[in-house]
Amino acid sequence: MSTASEVHAHSVVAHQFDDLEQQQEATRLGVWTFLVTEIMFFGGLFMAYTVYRTYYPAAFAGASHTLDVKLGAFNTAVLICSSLTMALAVQAAQLGKRRQIIVFLLLTMLLGSIFLGVKGVEYAAKFHEHHVPGATFAYEGRDALHAQLFFSLYFAMTGMHALHMVIGLGIMTVLVLLAAKGRFTSETYMPVEVTGLYWHFVDIVWIFLFPLLYLIGRHQG
Amino acid sequence: MTNHDTHAQPHIVSAQVYFMIFGALMLCTALTVWISFIDLGFLNTIIAITIAVFKATLVILYFMHVRYGSRLIWLIAAAGFFWLILLLALGMSDYMTRQPITFPSG
Repeated sequence: MSTASEVHAHSVVAHQFDDLEQQQEATRLGVWTFLVTEIMFFGGLFMAYTVYRTYYPAAFAGASHTLDVKLGAFNTAVLICSSLTMALAVQAAQLGKRRQIIVFLLLTMLLGSIFLGVKGVEYAAKFHEHHVPGATFAYEGRDALHAQLFFSLYFAMTGMHALHMVIGLGIMTVLVLLAAKGRFTSETYMPVEVTGLYWHFVDIVWIFLFPLLYLIGRHQG
Repeated sequence: MTNHDTHAQPHIVSAQVYFMIFGALMLCTALTVWISFIDLGFLNTIIAITIAVFKATLVILYFMHVRYGSRLIWLIAAAGFFWLILLLALGMSDYMTRQPITFPSG
């Protein structure tokens, strides 16, 4: 094994791969497989949400009304912007443009942080209104018992989503440092591409969370 | 692999395409918020989810490069969402056909 790696010491292709293309495809495939497990993970939460929403539509619509649509829509826009800057960071990496990679990654991190900041404001409001499930839960609307189910799911789903974003910000911090050292060329950009895949997946989760938690039942006044 | 579509160089999507997809996603977001305040009965839910699926498809095909990816990536991505549909469809067909049911109250 050591002799083989010595032969490829100056190659970006690991010795078990035939060529760069095969190596990149293997990396992509691995990350997509991970993302499938993520679909299953969030799928369980979406399933729980669907069951309870179907059983208690009035309680869920009422509880959903206590969320701020403006902040939710703003955050959706922020996250879509961050997906754009992430896609541009990947493009810069494919072209081996070091400065652009760093700029677009930092922009993506800034937008991600804005999202989390707004989420923090929303959470603070929920704590203030005693809408957090538990001993101090207080709810003025109808069917408080099942409204509490909505808030449990709201915190579980947005909380897991926020955790994924925090992890994404951590990965991007490492990427920025590596990019500054010139680690990413048009041949070695895969870490940026697969981080992009992860970030876009997190965006997709929010694309579904926003209408499900904030919008459905909104017209019922 | 004798796929004639594969090149040694990665498929680099132009910034123009990214900005068009971005514009479409922002328009869809505005549209879904606007429609959610109009009373269309049960259609509200269907429209909201349809727009979300459309937005997710744009992100997957363009931002995540699946449109330009190999058939293996297509298969893996499709399999993931197929299993999600199985979970929701078979799960709900069970819950919707059991009467009466009581959930443990929290």
